[in-house]
Amino acid sequence: MQSTAHAFKDNVDRALVDDNLQQSLAILKVGFSERRRQAVERLPEFEALRDRARDIKNHALAHLDLYLEAFEAKVTALGGQVHWAPTADDACRVVLDICREAGARTVAKSKSMIAEEIALNAHLEAHGIEPVETDLGEYIIQLRREPPSHIIAPAVHLTKDQVADTFHEHHRKLGFDRRLTERPDLVAEARAVLRRRFQEADVGITGANFLVAETGSSMLVTNEGNADLSNTLPRVHIVIASIEKVIPTLEDAATLLRVLARSATGQEWSSYTTFNTGPRRPGDLDGPEQYHVVLLDNGRSSVLGGDMQDMLRCIRCGACMNHCPVYGAIGGHAYGWVYPGPIGSVLTPQLIGVAEAGSLPNASTFCGRCESVCPVRIPLPKLMRHWREREFEHHLTPAAVRQGLALWAFLATRPRLYRWATGLANRLLALFGRADGRYAWLPLAGAWTRYRDFPAPQAGGTFHAQWKTRRGAGR
Amino acid sequence: MTAREQMLGAIRRSLRRGTQAGEARAAVEARLRRHPVNIVPARTAGTDEDRVRLFERWATFNQATVVRVGVADVPGAVVDYLAANNLPARVVMAPDAALDRYDWDGRPMLERRRGLPEDADRVAVTGALAGIAETGTLVFTSGAAHPTSLNLLPETHVVVLREADVVGPLEEVFARLRARYGEGGMPRTVNTVTGPSRTGDIEQQLELGAHGPRRLHIVLVRD
Repeated sequence: MQSTAHAFKDNVDRALVDDNLQQSLAILKVGFSERRRQAVERLPEFEALRDRARDIKNHALAHLDLYLEAFEAKVTALGGQVHWAPTADDACRVVLDICREAGARTVAKSKSMIAEEIALNAHLEAHGIEPVETDLGEYIIQLRREPPSHIIAPAVHLTKDQVADTFHEHHRKLGFDRRLTERPDLVAEARAVLRRRFQEADVGITGANFLVAETGSSMLVTNEGNADLSNTLPRVHIVIASIEKVIPTLEDAATLLRVLARSATGQEWSSYTTFNTGPRRPGDLDGPEQYHVVLLDNGRSSVLGGDMQDMLRCIRCGACMNHCPVYGAIGGHAYGWVYPGPIGSVLTPQLIGVAEAGSLPNASTFCGRCESVCPVRIPLPKLMRHWREREFEHHLTPAAVRQGLALWAFLATRPRLYRWATGLANRLLALFGRADGRYAWLPLAGAWTRYRDFPAPQAGGTFHAQWKTRRGAGR
Repeated sequence: MTAREQMLGAIRRSLRRGTQAGEARAAVEARLRRHPVNIVPARTAGTDEDRVRLFERWATFNQATVVRVGVADVPGAVVDYLAANNLPARVVMAPDAALDRYDWDGRPMLERRRGLPEDADRVAVTGALAGIAETGTLVFTSGAAHPTSLNLLPETHVVVLREADVVGPLEEVFARLRARYGEGGMPRTVNTVTGPSRTGDIEQQLELGAHGPRRLHIVLVRD
């Protein structure tokens, strides 16, 4: 997918005035976080499970080569094949080769962020193979030729009316004449259309939430059951997964699953959690004849062992974006590439470069909610700060910001001058803003005041002054 | 150099070490062999009856329906459920010998076919390896006795589950899988299913029956 992360500011300007998007985000902001909160309350062990989940992923990363080898040995022993793909191009080529070998014309796809990352659909289409997305949200955005705007709810930016229009436009040629308006009808129509597509597909492609080294199983979590149809009906099943998905044992999977569903959708357990292990066995009445696992690196191995390694713990639950005030204001598309939200702000510069995506780690209030809800305790604000530092070191930061920082540094390293300047600014702002308590416009702060008012300082002086008084009172 | 060597080499370089040997490798191998249990939620503690009640509670919480009956009443419970939901008394049933212990012939009006589901099949009847009380989840294993597509294609899935097969946490399912398929062994597919198929992809409102069954009914059998 072509990144527009460099045009982040323009993307944001558009997102803020998009009424449909804002309507959808209003639902998202309450729904996901409230359901997660309730699920967490129902499980007293939740915080301890988060610690354990973090430790499991850290352990797996520290021995990643061994666990990958163990996983591979298991899959191979069962008659499956493991393919190693250092780059996105390699992964696309491997998948295309398998599809061609199978004589595939259509592919049933279950939502996979890795497939988005390597732009697999475009590659297959360019070579005459039709990928059909089967997750309802992913299917909707495929019809609209849009990228996902959320890692677990790809069509969360759309309203029901937009979905109705999309189905009406695309399903007419399949004999569905009426424009449906009710949700159950829209779901039923998609079910009918996609059921046929499942039956004609030669290959099923899924991602994986985890790869279990102990058993050689790839694990999938869905609520619709589309991944299970993708890995049961077609003759060939291809799993595409990045290397950091491997974990040691089934018991470790249990711990990670307990935090995944609750963090993602606030469910106790997703409707379908499936362990796939190799191709159809002798005597089986259904299931694929071939089972392939494509292991993708795409830069991840270079993150190991460094100060950004924590990002590889991510289990793609989406909690960080569900709780992010920035995501909640602008939605996922504004981030400009595959992964939105706080985790996107950390992953994207790694995967496509800080020169392209340097704006993303700057799009944070550093409120820390993302870290406070992350099921594997990724220190997202810290990682975003790392990227800001690298951007600065590489002289990619805009001149105005650099000059501003230089001025700030000049003041901040001269305490008396700093106190005098901030005290003066505070008094001036308080004086002129006294009437209505806020500013609709301020010199040099146009970008702020264009969308919201700047609060005028309250009585009591600067933070330094208040701190001094308070400490004096406390003694 | 193969892609495999390239990737494993890159991992080791980043971790600033060569191939692991000795103690580190032994620790990894031991973990795979011993698969230690992590943290198990306390909610599954209690008597057998507590566990069955907990299963029922969470299954219902997740929009499944549950009925508890004796062995003799299983076929009747299935017939009643179909009638109550205006469904035809015609089912496709898993070719599972474990289902033969119920007196289906005592209900001649219930039409049964065993094997893979076809497009016209609206109701599937299967057994289950286990029910997980922790979350009200059913566990299905693929094999000659239980094709996976029975769990997915018909719009109604009726599951006959023995109370003795209701376990506490997920970890007890792993123990059963290891007992049946050997250490480190698994069937092609293990489906853990919690309630009917669902989606929240249109305006985040819950809709049942996205791709899999719209209805999931569990007949819990006292032994």
